[in-house]
Amino acid sequence: MAITFDNALGIHQHALEARTKRAEVLANNLANADTPGFKARDIDFQAMMRRAQGEMSGLSMAQTHAAHMDTSSPGAQGQLLYRLPHQPSIDGNTVDTQAEQARFMRNAMEFQASFQFLNSKFSGLTKAITGQ
Amino acid sequence: MSLGNIFDIAGSGMTAQSLRLNTTASNIANAETVSSSVEETYRARKPVFAAIQQSVLDSQGSGLGGFGQQAVGAGVRVEAIVESQAELQMRYEPDHPAANEDGYVFYPNVNVVEEMADMMSSSRSFQMNVDVMNTAKSMMQRILTLGQQ
Repeated sequence: MAITFDNALGIHQHALEARTKRAEVLANNLANADTPGFKARDIDFQAMMRRAQGEMSGLSMAQTHAAHMDTSSPGAQGQLLYRLPHQPSIDGNTVDTQAEQARFMRNAMEFQASFQFLNSKFSGLTKAITGQ
Repeated sequence: MSLGNIFDIAGSGMTAQSLRLNTTASNIANAETVSSSVEETYRARKPVFAAIQQSVLDSQGSGLGGFGQQAVGAGVRVEAIVESQAELQMRYEPDHPAANEDGYVFYPNVNVVEEMADMMSSSRSFQMNVDVMNTAKSMMQRILTLGQQ
């Protein structure tokens, strides 16, 4: 069994990347909180993680023919989805500032959690290499 | 690293909001600037915001499918500053030095109450962008400590 960084680090490197992307999308929503006609967007983190997990375990549905349909949801490929607004606004903007800010903060905390996991993976590897 | 993009996005938001604050300051300062003709009178100025769409897509995509197929937004920009076309206030003040031959002076169409509300809104949005930038900074600082004991 080959030892690779991909195997050693598990899903956490992908999680960290997805968190970074999501932070970017949410920051863009917040920057456009006052732009008329702007539609708030987000990524489906869970669907992305499920897909990544399926790919890693090798249990995902294989597409061996061009006519095979993609069985995953549109959010799973990391596509940006539009948010459903809770209340309409006259200028067509769908950014709910408080909700977006809460999501951004939460995303930052979850980023820290993923980081912690990744960091302990690295310190585990370092311990194994130095043999202490 | 796309964390760097957050700085650009929040920065564009701060620029746009400070410009909006600038027009508000100008409007309030000129709220009582009278003149003797319609053409010379100050009109309230309003910025028009528009979202920036990223033109260069990263074709590589990330390990999780990535965003290769579509543009992630890249912040906000001020498209134009328009002058309000609302009716000017015409007041009969024959003793005013700027009065025209009929005794009327023209006051700007600045609504001070609206401007104050605008000011609060833009300063809040500015703060929000600063918060976003601070969070992005702490995320980046943590990334730099990856693998350290």
